[in-house]
Amino acid sequence: MKQLIILSGKGGTGKTSVTAAFAHLAAQSRFANQVILADADVDAANLELVLQPRLLEQQDFKGGKVAVINPDTCASCGDCVAVCRFDAINYADSLYLIDPIACDGCAACVYQCPSESITMHEQVAGKFYFSESRYGPLYHANLFPGQENSGKLVTLVKQRARLQALDENRELVLVDGPPGIGCPVISAVSGANLALIVAEPTVAGVHDMRRILQTVQHFGVHAVVCINKADIYPAGADDIEAFCRESGIGTVGRIPFDLTVARAMVAGEAVTAFQPDAPASLAIAVIWERVIPSLLESK
Amino acid sequence: MRIVVASGKGGTGKTTVATSLALAAGEFVHFMDCDVEAPNAALFLHPVLDQHQEVGILLPVVDESLCTYCGKCAEICEFHAIAIIGKKTLVFPELCHGCGSCTLVCPEKAISERLDVMGVLESGMTATGIDFAHGVMNVGEPMAVPIIRQLKKWMPATPPAIEIRDAPPGASCPVVETIRGADFVLLVTEPTPFGLHDLKQVVGIARELGIPAGVVVNRDGIGDNAVEAYCTEAGLPILLRIPMERRFAEAIASGRTLVEAAPEYRQAFLTLLENITARAAV
Repeated sequence: MKQLIILSGKGGTGKTSVTAAFAHLAAQSRFANQVILADADVDAANLELVLQPRLLEQQDFKGGKVAVINPDTCASCGDCVAVCRFDAINYADSLYLIDPIACDGCAACVYQCPSESITMHEQVAGKFYFSESRYGPLYHANLFPGQENSGKLVTLVKQRARLQALDENRELVLVDGPPGIGCPVISAVSGANLALIVAEPTVAGVHDMRRILQTVQHFGVHAVVCINKADIYPAGADDIEAFCRESGIGTVGRIPFDLTVARAMVAGEAVTAFQPDAPASLAIAVIWERVIPSLLESK
Repeated sequence: MRIVVASGKGGTGKTTVATSLALAAGEFVHFMDCDVEAPNAALFLHPVLDQHQEVGILLPVVDESLCTYCGKCAEICEFHAIAIIGKKTLVFPELCHGCGSCTLVCPEKAISERLDVMGVLESGMTATGIDFAHGVMNVGEPMAVPIIRQLKKWMPATPPAIEIRDAPPGASCPVVETIRGADFVLLVTEPTPFGLHDLKQVVGIARELGIPAGVVVNRDGIGDNAVEAYCTEAGLPILLRIPMERRFAEAIASGRTLVEAAPEYRQAFLTLLENITARAAV
């Protein structure tokens, strides 16, 4: 079983559109019925918008705890405010109140409160879903707006996807990754055999591509790069390819700027299924053919 | 007045809007790039970054000569970042949130703290007089929030008339930390199903924090009308529309700002600022 993760660093470079197209292409290839899909971007989960899957199972995700002050026993001493490093305790109308959004759940205030007026309460931070899509089983989730512990929810999504793949001897887990380089990305990269970086030939895109490549390498995962919207700024695309050559990172193709991608999104279809002969679809199909050997060779 | 430019979905044009708004606003602008995982605004505004400060969280350091292995620290740590194994107290830096609780509860006062550097804050002026600051998270670090929190406190000596914060994508804790304490949330979206879905997530945060919000529709003309319908239904004003034009995309790709590439937008951004001022919570 191999795990392929799609990442970018910068948001909006086309990770989900590429992932959806790969899911479609996989279903037409020798990987038919061999794929498990996982959407690891739990605070902006978009793969389901394209695949429109049938929901089979959902469960609450308990993220972490937050502190709550009992106003009846609180002596208004302010010791809690003094120890809180997350600016989560407010004083208003002679009452101390914890802002559940700012609270980190560390419980430092609980142990410093002389009147034992603070207790910790578990919070439902999101939902975990298991669905059936037309291109295979999909594990996904929705972290409620503003919640913490997205890394933990990503880990849950990936673990469940991996377990089903192992149980059923499936060959490929395809993971749509989150943007950035922080905790959800680190959770998403863990256990991957290959990362496909969807880069954008813009000054911001090149900057962020370097950071995600460093991150992926830091965790010992092999990466290859494709360039989306490549013709918007050909000089940027050349820079990316030169950088990759110098760094010994494989490049697997260029996708032209193509509004068919947005139309496919509106239609709720993978671009390669929506219009197989669109310039973007043809380019993604070539990239898929190049990624597969790298994935199969990967450790 | 503190304005946050956020989006939910990445790549909708947060930095494009934030930088052009700052340039149109002129003097007395403090610009803060809070996307510490992928900070890009400096690539467009070109500040001279002459101030630097390492930032991170405070990790516990156990003085083994004082430690009695009583286990109180391990018992109270919500993140299992400190543990007693036989006659050894182990700290797991990657799990620690730097809350300081173990240091406070240790009956032997055996725990002190050291700064664990997670990134750097940098600041300086741009050629047009924008007071610029950003945070850059080190590769391999998981937590962006402590860097954002310290960036927000790293204020210039004189409070600026306008503070513009460029938010990270998504809708989890780094976005909340960026939005906290702001007077207005400007939501940049694109008229696609992805743009709409993720816009709703950030509207949820702004509403929960009780901060007024307005929308900029970028790449207007692609996709569908669902964003427009949602904004009407949710009572969110659409304050600016930027059409999908290839020349904008090309200019921004090469590192130019929108108002540089299309000076006719300067007035539109000034009007946007007036609209925000009229609606902000100050």
